[in-house]
Amino acid sequence: MIWLFLILSAISILSALFVIFFKNPVYSILSLILCFFSIAGHFLLLQSEFLAAIQVIVYAGAIMVLFLFIIMLMNLSRTTEPKRPFSFVLISVVTSFLLFGSLVLSLTTLIKPSTFCPFLSQSVIAQSNLPKNPISVLGTMLFNDYLFPFEFSSLLFLAALVGVVVLSKKTKENS
Amino acid sequence: MKAVIPNQWYLLLSIALFCIGVCGVLIRRNALIVLMAIELMLNAVNLLLVVSSRVHSDLSPQVFVFFIMIVAAAEVAVGLALFTMIYRHTGYTDTDTFSELKG
Repeated sequence: MIWLFLILSAISILSALFVIFFKNPVYSILSLILCFFSIAGHFLLLQSEFLAAIQVIVYAGAIMVLFLFIIMLMNLSRTTEPKRPFSFVLISVVTSFLLFGSLVLSLTTLIKPSTFCPFLSQSVIAQSNLPKNPISVLGTMLFNDYLFPFEFSSLLFLAALVGVVVLSKKTKENS
Repeated sequence: MKAVIPNQWYLLLSIALFCIGVCGVLIRRNALIVLMAIELMLNAVNLLLVVSSRVHSDLSPQVFVFFIMIVAAAEVAVGLALFTMIYRHTGYTDTDTFSELKG
C-alpha cells in the first residue's frame, strides 16, 4: 500500500510539473488529466470511492474536455506564448519554494499535535472507523444536513449557465 | 492491507501540489494554463480534505469536497467563456494584456 501511495504521488507530482512546464497547452491538459486520475487513485486508496468516481467523471471527464474543446476549437495550440523574463521566473520559483517550506513548517512543527488537532499524531488507515457504506451515508448527509447548500449550488449552476450564454451571445453579436 | 501511510506524507503531497499550482499561476502567461493551475490547487485542497475526513472519521469534509467540485465546474465554465470572449476581442491569450477590462 505504501508503494502504491509512492507511485501515485510520483505520478501526480510529475504530471503537475509537466502541466506547468510544457509549452504546448494540449500537452499540459493531457498531463493535467493524468494528474487528476492519480488523485482519483489517491481517493480510492483513502477508501472514498464516490469521490474518486466524481473526480474521474467531473474533473477528468467534463472540465478537461471543456478545456481541450476550447483549445482545439480556437486553434490555440499554435499561438506562441511570450516568455516571462528569467529573473521573474526565478523569483516565482523561489517564492513558491518558500511557500512550500513555510506551509510545511507551520503545519508540522508549530502546531502542537496533541493540543490542536489529532491530524499529525495518527496515521490514516489504521484509525479509521468510518461507516461501512459511505456513499449512502454521504447521500443522507447531503440531503439532510447540507440541503440548503445543495439547493444553493443548483442556483449557482443556473447563474453560471445564464452567464455563459449571455457572454457567448454578446461576442457573436460583436464579431 | 494493514500497512499504514503516515499523514505527513499526504500533507507533504498536497502542499507540494498546491505550491506547484502557485508556481504555475506565477510563471505562465497563457490564461488557460493559469486556470489549469488553479484547478490543480483546488485538487490539492480536495486531497487534504479527504485525508482529514479519514483521520477524523467524519464524512462532512467529503461533502465539502463535493461542493468544491461543483464550484470548480461553474468557475471553469464562466472562466472559459470569459477567456473565449477576450480572445475573440483582442486575439491574445496573454494574461498581461487582460489588464484592461474595458472593451
